[in-house]
Amino acid sequence: MTEQKIRVLLAKPGLDGHDRGIKVIAAAFRDAGMEVIYTGLRQTPDMIVNAAIQEDVDAVGVSILSGAHMTLFPAILDMMKEKGADDIILFGGGIIPDDDKEKLEKLGVAKVFTPGAPTEEAIEFIRKAVKAKNEKDKLV
Amino acid sequence: MFSKKFLDKLKEDKATWSKKAEKFKDKKSMPRFFTVSSVDIDDLYTPDSIKGADADDHFEKNINFPGEFPYTRGVHHTMYRSRLWTMRQFAGMGTPRQTNKRFHYILKQGGTGLSTAFDLPTLMGYDSDHSRSLGEVGKCGVAVDTLADMEIIFDGIELDKVSTSMTINSPASILLAMYLAVAEKQGIPFKKVRGTLQNDILKEYIAQKEFIYPPRPSIRLITDMMDYCTKHVPQWNTISISGYHIREAGATAVQELAFTLADGFQYIESAIEDGQDVDDFAPRLSYFFNAHSDFFEEICKYRAARRIVAKRMRYKYKAKDPKSWLCRFHTQTAGCSLTAQQPENNIIRVALQAMSGVLGGTQSLHTNSMDETLALPSEKAVTIALRTQQIIAYETGVTNTPDPLAGSYYIEALTDQMEAEAEKYFEEIESRGGVLQCIEEGFFQQEIARAAYRHQLELEKKDRIIVGVNDFVMENEEIDIPVLKIDPETEKEQVAFVKKIKAERDNGAVQETLAKLREVSKNDGNTFEALYECSKAYASVGEMCDVLREEWGEYVETAAAMKPC
Amino acid sequence: MDILNRFYNNEIRALSRIISYVENRSDGYRDLLAKLYKSVGKSLRIGITGPPGAGKSTLVNCLITEFLKLDKKVGVIAVDPTSPFTGGALLGDRVRINEFSGDNNVYFRSMATRGASGGLTTATNNVTVIYDAFGFDITLIETVGVGQVELDIIDNCDIVVVTIVPESGDAVQTMKAGLMEIANIFCVNKADRPGSGRIISELRQTMEHRKKDDDDWRIPVIPTEAVSAKNIDKLIAKILAYVDFVKTNGMFEIHRRKQIQKQIMNVLLYRFQRDFLESLRGNLQLENIINDIYNGKTNPYSVGDQLYNQFSKAD
Repeated sequence: MTEQKIRVLLAKPGLDGHDRGIKVIAAAFRDAGMEVIYTGLRQTPDMIVNAAIQEDVDAVGVSILSGAHMTLFPAILDMMKEKGADDIILFGGGIIPDDDKEKLEKLGVAKVFTPGAPTEEAIEFIRKAVKAKNEKDKLV
Repeated sequence: MFSKKFLDKLKEDKATWSKKAEKFKDKKSMPRFFTVSSVDIDDLYTPDSIKGADADDHFEKNINFPGEFPYTRGVHHTMYRSRLWTMRQFAGMGTPRQTNKRFHYILKQGGTGLSTAFDLPTLMGYDSDHSRSLGEVGKCGVAVDTLADMEIIFDGIELDKVSTSMTINSPASILLAMYLAVAEKQGIPFKKVRGTLQNDILKEYIAQKEFIYPPRPSIRLITDMMDYCTKHVPQWNTISISGYHIREAGATAVQELAFTLADGFQYIESAIEDGQDVDDFAPRLSYFFNAHSDFFEEICKYRAARRIVAKRMRYKYKAKDPKSWLCRFHTQTAGCSLTAQQPENNIIRVALQAMSGVLGGTQSLHTNSMDETLALPSEKAVTIALRTQQIIAYETGVTNTPDPLAGSYYIEALTDQMEAEAEKYFEEIESRGGVLQCIEEGFFQQEIARAAYRHQLELEKKDRIIVGVNDFVMENEEIDIPVLKIDPETEKEQVAFVKKIKAERDNGAVQETLAKLREVSKNDGNTFEALYECSKAYASVGEMCDVLREEWGEYVETAAAMKPC
Repeated sequence: MDILNRFYNNEIRALSRIISYVENRSDGYRDLLAKLYKSVGKSLRIGITGPPGAGKSTLVNCLITEFLKLDKKVGVIAVDPTSPFTGGALLGDRVRINEFSGDNNVYFRSMATRGASGGLTTATNNVTVIYDAFGFDITLIETVGVGQVELDIIDNCDIVVVTIVPESGDAVQTMKAGLMEIANIFCVNKADRPGSGRIISELRQTMEHRKKDDDDWRIPVIPTEAVSAKNIDKLIAKILAYVDFVKTNGMFEIHRRKQIQKQIMNVLLYRFQRDFLESLRGNLQLENIINDIYNGKTNPYSVGDQLYNQFSKAD
């Protein structure tokens, strides 16, 4: 009789401080029954991945509105690989042009949400992705 | 304004009308009648909707003439009949060289106002070669590391001929110091230097979150600079007290109004405590508001702001100079209201929002570009945004008479209501121990987060419709507007440049001025003067900020302030 | 490699996964814990509790810094409430520990109460066991802090630090008796604020009265300013002094033995409850029973006897 909850880490990498979107997502995920760890602003890729490992989260979500997404997403992915944590789902949102979105999803970002996406869409995505991941690594 | 007899009769007539209207009650074109801030709106507004309208002096006390206390109808007697608002488009990107080119272009087109956007490393006090700056250099604005960059940005521009606005907060003093150093090199007396700094650190803690130091030393930086400007740079507007970012973070119109003005009053009280005379600095304070999508609510917000500021400045802070009573403000259309879907629709949103700013009596205006939810604005989008202002100014006739909506029952009632709601917030802030205490406890932040989440839920329930987002959606929409990309070489170029300057400058002088800054930061003395000396020695923004970081510490948001809601 | 080997190889990911298995009661979690129990008993467990806004997170942050200076490895458990309506939780205590990111001597885990009401989560005790086995010298446990006395902390710690702020005067009044029961050390945080002098002297007086005899531990009241780390050294010194004190007079051992007893009971109760509910699953016609009780045909006691008898026969 396991009592598993979806655990998600939400963070703002880079220097921009616009946290409206990520706070709305945090509240929506909580209200959808998830355990949300919000680590706040100006997180380096190192901080994000260390926190994700310690908190043993299923997914990491980041929000970037400054235009630095092509630097920050790959840096987080690299750090995940380096620390053997690339099974954790990485998703994100922000002001991200379509062709960058495609590139990022090819690089290994599970999903990039663009402005206006309803929170329900993100919730559904996480539920499905986590379910798939758990089936893949039945553990112990 | 209206006789008691008339109002009594009106009440009866209104009851009769209500009965007739009753039968249409079940028929609703919208799920709910409420403003974009979720304020419910009455069925109808009539003279009796305006509280106290039966008093003889109601008009004089609450509405009055434009240019007359309490300035509800505008800060000038003739408003746009004498002078249009300043069309001030915020710009800046990439390297100082690119921004300099852009500025020359603007001046050539007849512009006299420059408005500078800085990149995030500059805003956060990191040099371009800092590891935290990676990927951010030149992205959201121009990168400035040392005086050398400032010299390039204003190369060939005579600083007594232009007014320059700089959107920067935590390191604002440093950028002004560099600007003045350029003026000195051009041989221009500080008396002739004109411009505005945003320099509003309180709203950074509340909303935009580009802070470096804890609140108290940050406020010292500001009061030191205000003092310096009063004495030496009399035409400089030292703070632009900003509600824009508070609104963008999700606040309601009333929250924007109340929190912004509360911040302003905090600066005024700090400067008075510092021993400055209110009439010495208050005339150079100005405000900066958002123009969101609820047309009438926004107009009322600006009108209420003018009235609240006038009353407070005159009665509470005992300002004697009528210039100190004025709430002069800049307006920018709401970036957060723009959609990534069907982006061309944003042109219409921006036009309507800009119109509310003009009908609300703004002194200057920035209109957003349609592509801002996709990337930094392209040249074409920026041009359309500017044309929008010109069409409003020259084609619509709204400039013909000041405050044309005054006397509308709805406008006056909503203006009064917003003033009253803001006053309630002022009381609450006071009872919680003031603005700084509220920031630390996360009061503002949580109020805003709650409003933002409620707004999102209203959208998802479709209580509120955003065209192209949750209704009137186009399947498989192809976006075919040009999207601007910043050349990745920009960052490399800027990093190389700052390294070169750091190697070539007189590093002995840099160390000496930085040591002096450290000394001043620990004791009394004016930090602005010390920063000015550092800037002239080509010390970098990062180096100066680091000294102050070491002495004052860095601000970390409290857990309560970060709480989503 | 087997997860336990990875765990004993100091692999953080393995530690984190084991905590999740235990928290989720995944298949086999009891065997894992049973194995880990072989290597425990060394970690000192310090509880931090107090009303909302008392600066618990900031204090935890300061304690981490000080213990690192003493060359200790520190594990933290920070608990936030689970919403009873949605089952979700916001875990926001991590925000203050960014500066330790990448330091292998600090480990931080945010946990949700998941229905427990005593200020911690049911898995807390087991996580302290895991921390102990992993080699953390110090385990810091931060309770929810929702403004009630959070008693679970006593069953999971060797020492309890209660932290309050001058503004929590009212909260302290209503929580007073309970807080006095659980505190081994009082910490008045944000002591630079107005009103701190009064609350400190009040607390000191109360503590003096509370002492049973001259040999009893005198509960110290320490003014701190966690934001500037002022007096944190004094707090640490008192924590260590307390541990010395209770180790000398034997109370440390007595307290741990009591906790073991409680732990056994908890394990048993959980199993009984689980097995009992399991046995009912599918053949319990709860709606019918409720109907019968509602209509006065039977009563909860008779139903209880009947169900229990069924269960023990099935065993």
